[in-house]
Amino acid sequence: MRKGLLYISLILVIFYSVGPLLWQLITSLKMDYELTRIPPLLPENPSLVHYIAIFKGRMFLRVIANSAVVASLTTLFALAIGSLCSFGLAKLATRYKALILGFVLSISMFPPIATVSPLYLVIRSIGLRDTWWALIITYTTFSLPLTIWILTSFFRELPDEIYYAARVDGCTPFQSYYRIVLPLSAPGIFATAILVFIFSWNEFLYALTLTSTQASRTIPVAIALFPGIHEIPWGEIAAASVTVTAPLIILVFAFQRRIIEGLTGGAVKG
Amino acid sequence: MKRSEAATWFIAPALLLLAAVTIYPIIHVIYLSLHRKLLIFGISEFVGLQNFLFLLKDGRFWGALGNTAYFTALSVSGELILGLALALLMNKAFSGKGFVRAMVLIPWAIPTVVSAKMWEWMYNGDFGILNYLLGTKVNWLGDPFWALHAAIMMDVWKTTPFVAILLLAGLQLIPPDLYSAARIDGAGPFRLFRHVTLPLIKPMILIVLIFRSLDAFRVFDAVYVLTGGGPANTTETLSVYAYKVLFQTLQIGYGSALAVVVFICVGLIAIGFIGIMGRRVAYR
Repeated sequence: MRKGLLYISLILVIFYSVGPLLWQLITSLKMDYELTRIPPLLPENPSLVHYIAIFKGRMFLRVIANSAVVASLTTLFALAIGSLCSFGLAKLATRYKALILGFVLSISMFPPIATVSPLYLVIRSIGLRDTWWALIITYTTFSLPLTIWILTSFFRELPDEIYYAARVDGCTPFQSYYRIVLPLSAPGIFATAILVFIFSWNEFLYALTLTSTQASRTIPVAIALFPGIHEIPWGEIAAASVTVTAPLIILVFAFQRRIIEGLTGGAVKG
Repeated sequence: MKRSEAATWFIAPALLLLAAVTIYPIIHVIYLSLHRKLLIFGISEFVGLQNFLFLLKDGRFWGALGNTAYFTALSVSGELILGLALALLMNKAFSGKGFVRAMVLIPWAIPTVVSAKMWEWMYNGDFGILNYLLGTKVNWLGDPFWALHAAIMMDVWKTTPFVAILLLAGLQLIPPDLYSAARIDGAGPFRLFRHVTLPLIKPMILIVLIFRSLDAFRVFDAVYVLTGGGPANTTETLSVYAYKVLFQTLQIGYGSALAVVVFICVGLIAIGFIGIMGRRVAYR
């Protein structure tokens, strides 16, 4: 009886969590004339017209490519720069360790709206507006606090003896970072990578201000500014939403455990 | 090479980047807030605190501040209650835990812009599924009362997973012995929750409150895409107002003053929470 109640509540929770996305999926399969009547809830003739429409003209493909490049390179740079810093903080003798971590944490609290206009002016003046690099530099920096916090706590868990042994065997600090510490913390690095990737894939405010054409426009901006001639093209928006959410759902299902480790590691161990 | 010298080389790149892309803009935005700067006319003159004085008399600013505070208070408390309920549920023993957790994480992973579009369609007054399921005829996003609450409901849906996951991690740290001991002493489920669970996850609740309050106070995407601040500015938050002034009417000086106010508010909230946490630690 109590088990039954538990499973019923779990089903309700799942329905609440994925219901809106499910409705978007159903909407994306409806023909236009079906969108403006309810009931029925389900499409009578499920059709892929909206999916075909968004991929026509290559605009949407270009936008997806922009997002993929920006998010991947951001992840790469944030992990490279962040893991170096975390290694220094966790394994080397550093003065002001607590101060640096506190400084990094306080930066993660900065409201994006406070930094967006000066960054816009600078990026415009150095000619990087509407390029991938404008976003990559910005995202890398704003991912650093999270990266540094998670990785520092992961690196600290590695016994210092391993590091000393490597040094005694003649490794330079960099070699011991590269050959010993990095491989041993692969799970933590992977967890951080997923979080940074999702952050960059989803970010909106900087993308909205720093990009202006499809040369660098990312998915969230494209969806927010979805072109409609007379009325809002709900079917196409739904198809686009489902398409760009699919990779994230795959990430969540494949790496649920890592994501949770990253989320709680960043918040708790600090 | 001494270890401390090496450390500098490891840490420097991150700190330099942070200084250039976050600290410098903050200083610059404060500088801009003291100017009257209109990009289209090429006007830029020092006006001291005039922007901030103007702000005090700007009804739209006070409205946005009120909306932001209301949004933050309601959505954070909603997320906390729902997130705690979800965490307690997921902490029970059942099969398929990984599957349920992944399902619950989905709203967190969806881009805010996409969830705003999804909810905009569900809120649609004529063909929205919400009115259909509830049997109502509410114009959710066009009604001055409902629009802000519609944005809050969406935000609660989107961020409850984050709260639930953190609280679940807190719950899992509670030693099971404590529950058995309390049960032997005759405590029922309510007293177990009140006297064992709640005190032990209080630190985690505080952490969640900090993260979520700061995030909710900065809210931009959710509101900007869902309602654009309308109808009649009833959903306009500080970040949305600042964005419009900065990038739509291009009043860089006044917009920067608004941005500085958001920065100060967020700083005050953070300091407030750190004060509360510090005192808790001191009592222990």
